[in-house]
Order: sequence, then structure tokens, then C-alpha cells
Amino acid sequence: MSQVINNSLKQLGQMLASKQISSVELTQEYLRRIDALNPDINAYITLDKDKTLAQAKAADARIAAGKAEVLTGIPIAQKDIFCAQGWRTTCGSHMLENFIAPYDAYVIKQFDAAGAVNLGKTNMDEFAMGSSNETSYFGGVKNPWDRSRVPGGSSGGSAAAVAARLCAAATGTDTGGSIRQPASLCGFTGLKPTYGLVSRYGMIAFASSLDQAGPMAKSAEDCALMLNIMAGFDEKDSTSVNRPKEDYTRDLNKPLQGLRIGLPKEYFADGLEANVGAVVQAAIEEYKKLGAEIVDISLPNTQLSIPVYYVIAPAEASSNLSRYDGVRYGHRAKEYTDLMDMYCKTRAEGFGAEVKRRILIGTYVLSAGYYDAYYLKAQQIRRLIAQDFTEAFKQCDVIMGPAAPSTAFKIGEKADDPVAMYLQDIYTIAVNLAGLPGMSIPAGFSNGLPVGLQIIGNYFDEARMLNVGHAYQQVTDWHTRMPEGI
Amino acid sequence: MAWEVVIGLETHVQLLTKTKQFSGASTAFGAEPNTQACEVSIALPGVLPVLNKQSVECAIKFGLAIEAEIAPRSVFARKNYFYPDLPKGYQISQYELPVVGKGHLTIQVGNEEKTVRITRAHLEEDAGKSVHGAQEGMSGIDLNRAGTPLLEIVTEPDMRSAAEAVAYAKKLHELVQWIGICDGNMQEGSFRCDVNVSVRPKGSDKLGTRREIKNLNSFKFMQQAIEYETQWQIDTLEDGGKIEQATVLFNPDTGETRAMRSKEEANDYRYFPDPDLLPLEVTEADKTRVKAGMPELPEAMKGRFESNFGLSAYDAATLTASRDVADYFVATVNAGAETKPAANWILGAVSAKLNADEKSIAHSPVSAAQLASLLKRISDNTISNNAAKQVFEAMWAGEGEVDSIIEAKGLKQVSDSGAIEAIIDEVLAANTAMVAEFKSGKEKAFNALVGQCMKASKGKANPAQVNELLKKKLSA
Repeated sequence: MSQVINNSLKQLGQMLASKQISSVELTQEYLRRIDALNPDINAYITLDKDKTLAQAKAADARIAAGKAEVLTGIPIAQKDIFCAQGWRTTCGSHMLENFIAPYDAYVIKQFDAAGAVNLGKTNMDEFAMGSSNETSYFGGVKNPWDRSRVPGGSSGGSAAAVAARLCAAATGTDTGGSIRQPASLCGFTGLKPTYGLVSRYGMIAFASSLDQAGPMAKSAEDCALMLNIMAGFDEKDSTSVNRPKEDYTRDLNKPLQGLRIGLPKEYFADGLEANVGAVVQAAIEEYKKLGAEIVDISLPNTQLSIPVYYVIAPAEASSNLSRYDGVRYGHRAKEYTDLMDMYCKTRAEGFGAEVKRRILIGTYVLSAGYYDAYYLKAQQIRRLIAQDFTEAFKQCDVIMGPAAPSTAFKIGEKADDPVAMYLQDIYTIAVNLAGLPGMSIPAGFSNGLPVGLQIIGNYFDEARMLNVGHAYQQVTDWHTRMPEGI
Repeated sequence: MAWEVVIGLETHVQLLTKTKQFSGASTAFGAEPNTQACEVSIALPGVLPVLNKQSVECAIKFGLAIEAEIAPRSVFARKNYFYPDLPKGYQISQYELPVVGKGHLTIQVGNEEKTVRITRAHLEEDAGKSVHGAQEGMSGIDLNRAGTPLLEIVTEPDMRSAAEAVAYAKKLHELVQWIGICDGNMQEGSFRCDVNVSVRPKGSDKLGTRREIKNLNSFKFMQQAIEYETQWQIDTLEDGGKIEQATVLFNPDTGETRAMRSKEEANDYRYFPDPDLLPLEVTEADKTRVKAGMPELPEAMKGRFESNFGLSAYDAATLTASRDVADYFVATVNAGAETKPAANWILGAVSAKLNADEKSIAHSPVSAAQLASLLKRISDNTISNNAAKQVFEAMWAGEGEVDSIIEAKGLKQVSDSGAIEAIIDEVLAANTAMVAEFKSGKEKAFNALVGQCMKASKGKANPAQVNELLKKKLSA
């Protein structure tokens, strides 16, 4: 059984199809592991074994009936940002501590339709605001590679669950790096698709123009299979892009001969830990061996991406989070004197410090007299940042660099220094601002901690990025390494 | 000092769509609280808006009807404020780039025509309702109305009297019903006006400080509210006071306006483009397609009635003041009636009866087809005009169709010249004095003799024939 947890999604699918294992057995194995490890790692906020096992049983029946699809019967962890009918959906917040979602997010529907098993709802930074999972109302998550360290964020629970093999694969969301940075810090493969590829319907909004759901899994191949389920046009999301369905596994085995890899000089400058830079350089050497060509490029507005992001994302968040007012659902203060008092107490009690900080920033930058100087200016620079990438992709097919400037840091190390925390996303944020797809794959270790290589593709070029990731994973074994003690 | 009042209107028109502005929930009025509040209406975490295409068509129709610029690209924005009946904590509206730009509407006040400039019209969603008093010490929230599509229509400050403002509001009210984008039901809140009122010394070209009268839902209240507000502002200024910009409410019981909140407490709505919605694009092809589905507009129809039917400008204007009246008129003509008598009857007898019975023409007991067949019986000399009035009354009372009523009441006109001659002979024999008067040159005596003949025939003789035969006999 210990072997099973290392199996790829494809292998698990074959085992289920050939009845070597049932979905119930496989699910129970993961639930056993969660029982053993989760009390310490804290990757899951909500488990519902009855619901989970009922889905596993249904999957077994479907397999028996010969109607299985690729992921039928496979236990998947869902970030607690996705509404799933009948499941508590907290978004990592006291505000939604007791919120039972009465409807399914598009992503959840897609997994249900595929017959996948919902293993539970994973921990996350509150409303996805954070880079260490320390802002979660439900407590921090420990990095399985070193439990004194953070797993990254905001999809920290999903990250730890994938790394500690507490699920076969997981979903995450990425507004400024929340899939890629934890993938880098926890040593697995995570993909943020092109904005608009995966419907945001039912995914609790943080910053609507940046939020994008994506897969978090052990390999590029697994991510491709996950993305096949998650991607698709949804008329309930006006920003969802209507384009033909793709099979993201189709190009996995293409040779990389002649691939042009752009290396932005800004991604290898001050702020990057030397050891991390060395691992990334070594990975690029590997790509040269696979036949890739290296092109030196520049993304001149990179240093502006963090200030721009911290205007736009909080602005949208301040508005998106207005609905948590205690009137219809969620937390409401117990005692209040009038309407204004109810609002103030409810929101003061319901939101944590980082969420409040961003609501305040967002409210400020949208205020009369400041809007032009902050929000409007940030939108203009956002276009310049996107333009940087458009220029770069005239010279190369993919862009590579680090996904995070450092390896996993100590729990509490940056918790009181928001700017240091925000700098964690220096290499990932510009991708969200431009709406591009980005991915992090395990590229090695520094002092025993995983280091990720970021691969940035052009719009809707996920199939090529997965090919690039998969080719590397055919000649390296970083992605198969497991933390000790799990 | 002589004062001038300056008035501009903002009207919220509820669009006639089956579903809400950004979700599939029903917009039907009067359902049990919160039964028409879907996951989007109540703003659950994670839900997203999807624009209602039907409401966009309504906006295009309106833009075309007022000859406005229709923006090829307009943007939805979030208007942020907290209120219990506003589930998202923001209203989706249009701010910097509205779908309908500058247009105009011509109104008639007395005998004067006036053009009111329309600044813009934009799409937005309605809020829900707070329900007070249903539960002790608690307020309830009904979100059935939350998300209902609205078109907000804003004018320039072009009106100079309560009468002009009401004329504009009435004209707009008819227009939105005419083009089928609003049911016009003011009691249910489908058509609500906010009126901006300021006064200034006559001759000044500087605008005074305005106060906004909110949520007027009847033309009568609008008239009263503006008149009261105007006088209040003039009195305040003449007493040496100052007008503070404010939002005021009209109290129909007292006939007074009272300030609700002052400018100091005004919200900063922190408008910004809604990232959940793409910009709204309207192409020339969209406009052409919508235009093809639109009815003839009142102005065009009025012109046609004048030039093709020879109606007076006044009659044509009155017939096209409402779509229902115009439809009734056109249906009457299409059923074979001559245009002028049809116009006369509709603006005369039909209107009088409708007013007396407080009925709308759409619910007229006498249909256009029935009126046409009545007019046909007049023109083919079956009945006289007088008899027609009796037939009309009987039809109104539901006594049946034209011919059966004529039959039952024996109203058929006598056109048999032998029978009429016999009557004339009798009358001439019985009224020799009148005959003598006529022959001595008193023309009036002729009319009296005609009257006697009609009376003798119990009104059934064809008056034209009586005239003609009587003339012949007297000159013989």
C-alpha cells in the first residue's frame, strides 16, 4: 500500500480499472494517512468521511459498470476556496467558519462529473491573502519537508497535502503566486493556467481580475490530467474564455529540440537566494542537454509588479469582501446597538489582520481623490507589464526562472513583516497581472529544502508548458522525492 | 424679485425582462419574499454576474427612440456602499461609459413644443427591500427585487416648471411603454423619478444649489412636490437663507418635502470597473437588428397621420400620445373605418366613456373592430349619427354587435323617398304657418321644418334626403 501513494494518476486509474484496488480502499488509505499526519501538518480544514466514502462507493459502481473516466475513483483534495454543496466552505476565515455551501463551484462540478472523490477541504491563507498559510483562521500549515517551516501560500494546505501524499492530487488557486510559490516550497508540480481557462464560478473571489484555479500534483503529467478536468468554457463566468476543449496530455512527449527558453535578467538579480539561483541554473543546463536554446531576455517592469499588484488586488478585494456583512450568512456579531454597529463588529470579529489590511489599502486606493493616482495608474502599468511579456515571447517559446526567491522559511519568520512577505511573490505576480500561464516544477534542493523552477508560457500555451515540464521529469527524479517521516 | 426654477430628472425604468440583470432569477412582481432570490441574487460567496442580453436590447431600443449616440463600448462599474438590501455591498451600474449617450425628447406643454436634452441612460441593477415591522424589533430583507434590470435615464437641467417636468415624465413614461421596454406600472415601482430642483433669479445663467426629490411614483405627487419645493426654495432665499445641497423626500399626506440627508454625509462610492464583466460591445449590426424589431415611433406616426390621413396636428398628437390609443386607432382604420370619423369618435365618445368609467383603452368594452363596423353603418346611411350614439352606448353596455342592436332598437334609417315624401307632406300640411314664414324669406323656418320631419319619423329618416326632398317640395 505504501507504494500506491507514490503512483501517478494514470497508474492509479489503471489499478482501479483493473480492480487491483477499489476506490473505497484507496480512499481509506488516504483517510488513514490524514488521520495520522494531519493533526500535525494541518493541511485539511474540513473532512467528511461519510461524504467522501459515499463518493468512493459511487465511483466503484461506475468503474464496475464500465463507465469510468481517467480520474474516476481517485481522491482529490479541494482547496477550501471552492464552494461544494453540503460541504463547509470557509475560505480560511472565521467569517465563513460555519458556512455550508448550498451550491457547487464549476471546478467541483467538473470533478464530480469525472467521478473523482472529494477527499476534503484544504487549509489556506484567509481569503487567499498570504504567502505562508499563516493568515488562516484555522491555524498554519507545516511544510512536510521541515515542519518548522511554512508550506508557502495561499494554497498551503493543498501544497502540504500533495507533498505529504495526503491526496493523489489537489486543486489550488493563484492570484499572485498561490499555486506556484507553495509548489516551489513543497517540491511538487503546480500550474496556474491562462486567466479565463478555468471558470471562477463558485470559487470565492479575492481579486477577480487575477484569480485563477489550477492543478497541484506530483508531476506535469498529473497536472495535465487534472487540467483536462478543470478547464472549459462556463457561461456563468463572463471572463471564461470560449475556446475548444484541449487534451493537455497531447504534447507531453514531444522532443524539446529547438525549444527557445527566455531567461529574464531581472529574475536572476538581487533578492534571489544564491542557492536557489544555482538550482535553477542547473535545471536550465539540463534543458540545454534536451536540445533547448537559451535566449537572454528582459522584463523591464518586473520591479513594478509588486506595487501594482498591491493596488489592484486589494482594490478588487475590498469590494469583493463587502458581501460579508453579517446580514445573510456567515459570521454576525452577537450583540450590537444598530446597523452600523453590527457591520463594524461583525467585520472586526470575522476578518483577520491581513484581510483587514488589504481591505483598508483597497478602500484607500479607490477613494475619491486617490483613484487616479493609484488604481488608474496601476492599471496603466499593468498593461506595460503585459507588454513586456508580449515582446519577450517574440524571442522565445517559454520563459524560465525561479518561482520563489528563497526556499521555505521558518514559521513566524516573516509573519510580522508584510513587505518581506509580499516579496515572496516577486517572480510570480507579473504572470497574474499579464494573465499568462505559469508553472513550477521541482528542480532540486537547497539545504534539504525543495526549489522550484518556474516555466511561464504564452497565452493558452499550457500544453507546451506541460510538455516542457514532463520532458524534464523524464530525465530527472526530483519530482519523485518524498519528505521523510511521512 | 422674479425667480426661475430649473429642473432635471433622473428616472429609473424597470426593464421588461423575464430574468434579472445578471442572473437567471425571475423578475415577476409580488412573489413571497426571497422566493425569487437565487444564489447570485443573495450574493453567496463565489457567484458571478452574467449580463442579460434582453436588457441590453431594451437599452438600445431606448437609445434609438431618443436618437441618441449608442456607445460601441460601455463599461459596468461597481458602486460600493453598505446597506442591508444591497447583498454584494456594491451595485453594478455604469459610470464613466454608459451604453446610451446624448439624446433628446420633444414634449408638448400647452401649445408649445420643447426639446428636453437627455444626458445619458445607463444599465444597472435594483436593490432588494427592507421590510420593517414584520417581526418585533427586527428588520426583514426581501431580495426578490435585488438584481432587477433598470435603465436610469438622466436629463440636462432643461425644464423650467413643474408642468414641463411632468410633461417630460409623462412623455417618457409613454415612450418606454411604446417601445415595449417597461410596463409603466408606477405603483409597483416600474417607473420612478428623482427630480433635481433649483431656483435662480430670472435672467441669471448660473445654476442655483439643487435639492433632489427622491422616488416620486405618481405624476400628481411630482407636480405637488416640485411646486412645494420651488416655493420653499424661493421663500428660503427671499428670507435671506441659503440652500444646502440635499436629498429630500415628498410626503403626500402633508404635501411637503423634507431633507433626508445632507451632502456632508454623502457616500464616496469608490466606483471602479467591475472585473467580473467584460465591456459591453454594441455593433452597428446589433443596432440594425434591434431597430428592425421596433414599432414605428410616435413622432413618425404622428407625421404619417397628418400627411396621409389629413388629421390635424392636434388630433395626430393626441392619438399618438400613447401606444394603446394609437394601436386602437390604427386597428379601427384597418378594420375599414374612415380616418377622420375614426379619430373624432376615438377622441370624442370613446375617450369620454373611458374617462367616465376609469378604464384604459386597452380594456375598452367597445373594440376597434366594433367601432369600425359602427362607423360603416353611418357611412352607408344605415343609421344616423344620433342613432349611432345610441348603438355605441348599447355596445358599451354589452348588448351585442352593431347590426343586432340597430335591429333590436329599430334604429335603421328610412331612405325610401316615397316614405319620406309622405312624412314631408304630412308635416307641411300640419305647419302651414311655418311654410308661410319660409316663403316670406325666413330661412330659419326651413330648419324647423326639417326638425319636424325628423321628429315625425322618430329620427329614422335620412336627414340628407329629408333636406333635399323638402327643398324640392317648398320650391315647387
